[in-house]
Amino acid sequence: MAHYLDFEKPLAEIEGKAEELRAMARGNEDMDIEDEAEALDRKAKDLLKDLYGKLTPWRKCLVARHPDRPHCQEYIDALFTEFTPLAGDRNFADDHAVVGGLARFNDQPVMVIGQEKGNDTKSRIKHNFGMARPEGYRKAVRLMEMAGRFGLPVVTLVDTPGAYPGLGAEERGQSEAIARSTEKCLEIGVPLVCVVIGEGGSGGAVAFAAGNRVAMLEHSVYSVITPEGCASILWKDAEKMRDAAEALRLTANDLYQLGVADRVIPEPLGGAHRDRAAAIKAVGSAIAGMLGELKGQSSEELIAARRKKFLEIGSRGLAA
Amino acid sequence: MNWISNYVRPRINSIFSRREVPENLWSKCSECGTMLFHREISDNLNVCSNCNHHMHITPRDRFFSLFDGGVFNEVEVATPIADPLQFRDQKKYPDRMKAAQKKTGEKEAMLVATGEIGRTPIVAAAQDFSFMGGSMGMYVGNAIVAAAEEAARLGRPLVLFSAAGGARMQEGILGLMQMPRTTVALQILKEKKLPYIVVLTHPTTGGVTASYAMLGDVQISEPNALIGFAGARVIEQTIGEKLPEGFQRAEYLLEHGMLDRVTDRREMRDELIVICRMLMKQTPPTWGDLPAPGPDNLVEAPKE
Ligand SMILES: [Zn+2]
Repeated sequence: MAHYLDFEKPLAEIEGKAEELRAMARGNEDMDIEDEAEALDRKAKDLLKDLYGKLTPWRKCLVARHPDRPHCQEYIDALFTEFTPLAGDRNFADDHAVVGGLARFNDQPVMVIGQEKGNDTKSRIKHNFGMARPEGYRKAVRLMEMAGRFGLPVVTLVDTPGAYPGLGAEERGQSEAIARSTEKCLEIGVPLVCVVIGEGGSGGAVAFAAGNRVAMLEHSVYSVITPEGCASILWKDAEKMRDAAEALRLTANDLYQLGVADRVIPEPLGGAHRDRAAAIKAVGSAIAGMLGELKGQSSEELIAARRKKFLEIGSRGLAA
Repeated sequence: MNWISNYVRPRINSIFSRREVPENLWSKCSECGTMLFHREISDNLNVCSNCNHHMHITPRDRFFSLFDGGVFNEVEVATPIADPLQFRDQKKYPDRMKAAQKKTGEKEAMLVATGEIGRTPIVAAAQDFSFMGGSMGMYVGNAIVAAAEEAARLGRPLVLFSAAGGARMQEGILGLMQMPRTTVALQILKEKKLPYIVVLTHPTTGGVTASYAMLGDVQISEPNALIGFAGARVIEQTIGEKLPEGFQRAEYLLEHGMLDRVTDRREMRDELIVICRMLMKQTPPTWGDLPAPGPDNLVEAPKE
């Protein structure tokens, strides 16, 4: 069963009708419904083009959080070979919100690290909905450091509502863990390429995304705060999330204009969840492209370029 | 090597004198309710003489009491693009800025200065919670970059007093990007093997704690300061239970191994002098009420 977002309701109706017709025809050989069904398909496609051609920032947030959107592990399974997960922060625990390990990308050994949200109730709970605890960031630090030592490029896949707001997480130094992970991103002498595949939730995302290259899927978002959080603070009304999403400039295109994202990866019509294979393939070629751009650079050059990139961010506003 | 192109050379500022505090005005301590004369509060560095509650202190007042003779040279901070996102909530961002400037008499939420503490040359930066909650936007980022640059150039320790609710929402992703941006600035210091000392003050939360405020070589906090990543209300909603007494307070963090020390504001200066001088391998400090550095003593920026 496809999961429809609220704004996709009209689409659900049309697609539902087409499906009904075809189901009826399967039960009755004499019925010729194909013309009618195809007309509905065309109507659905036009509507999809219309809806997704002008997604509001708030709708982009909903698409970015879509439960059927491909998540980290799915990208790893499809784009990497010999993935060998490495667990634990060697201090307290293994945080399942963060997956990472050695893998090959186009035969080249790399370190891949990402936040996994899970795909059903059980796996969502296991992965804590992609909200990492300090151990997750410390695992990332450990893996990045290892990659640096062995000269392996690092690929990160960012998809988190934010760092986990929990009692233990705070006690064990959530802020320090995030700060150290960001610091490590900026320190390693190997290429670091990051793809925001869904939600780039605040500091929890930054800790994985201070790379040489940052790409964003077309309908992913990356923000200082959730629109709901921003609305409840600045508008004193969480229901004003649409206005907040608008004001925050959190879409891939906005971030590209602001120099935070280096490239925007187009999504298939109707979003990554409508054609997961195509979305995954597009992310794969973006990763290949970004790694290619950094090929042949020395450790010193990579570190210096990364520093320069982040020091210069914000020197231009949105091209008004 | 310069890391930013719009870096501004520091200028030697006019020498400030301690502001006149009226004799006959009084305030109530927000913690214990004791009536205190303003003069008494100010002489006690805004610490309640009855219950030791540490009240808000502006960066400028802090610097008056921190630096020898109250003399410091303000480091100029590059002005970023105003309102980069054209952010509108119920108010326009530029209007919020104007209101904050009027309220504080300051340009932005961070003050950077060079000077001496116990004849120890340092660079200091202090965040102003009364300026839009001390929030970290482009300006605060520029201030930390300028402070780190200046410390690296002069070969001095950097002492940073943090106070903020987090990143500045009105600058959106550019506020958030100050996390990696300030981290880069601190790496410059680290490479030069210069000390970076953080003094956390009430409150320091969000993206500020998750970046420069937690990356110090030495982490000190004022007593009872609220320090954390997530807000207590959000945590309570998430875990569905009440938080323990003293949660996210300085003493609690010290107990959990997240801080080196919790120090009374009135002892902070001496402690900073001791630590800075040891890390810089300088001779033990000379104690006593030191006069302001004389004209010959004013630290000139070396020629590049
Ligand atoms: Zn009191």
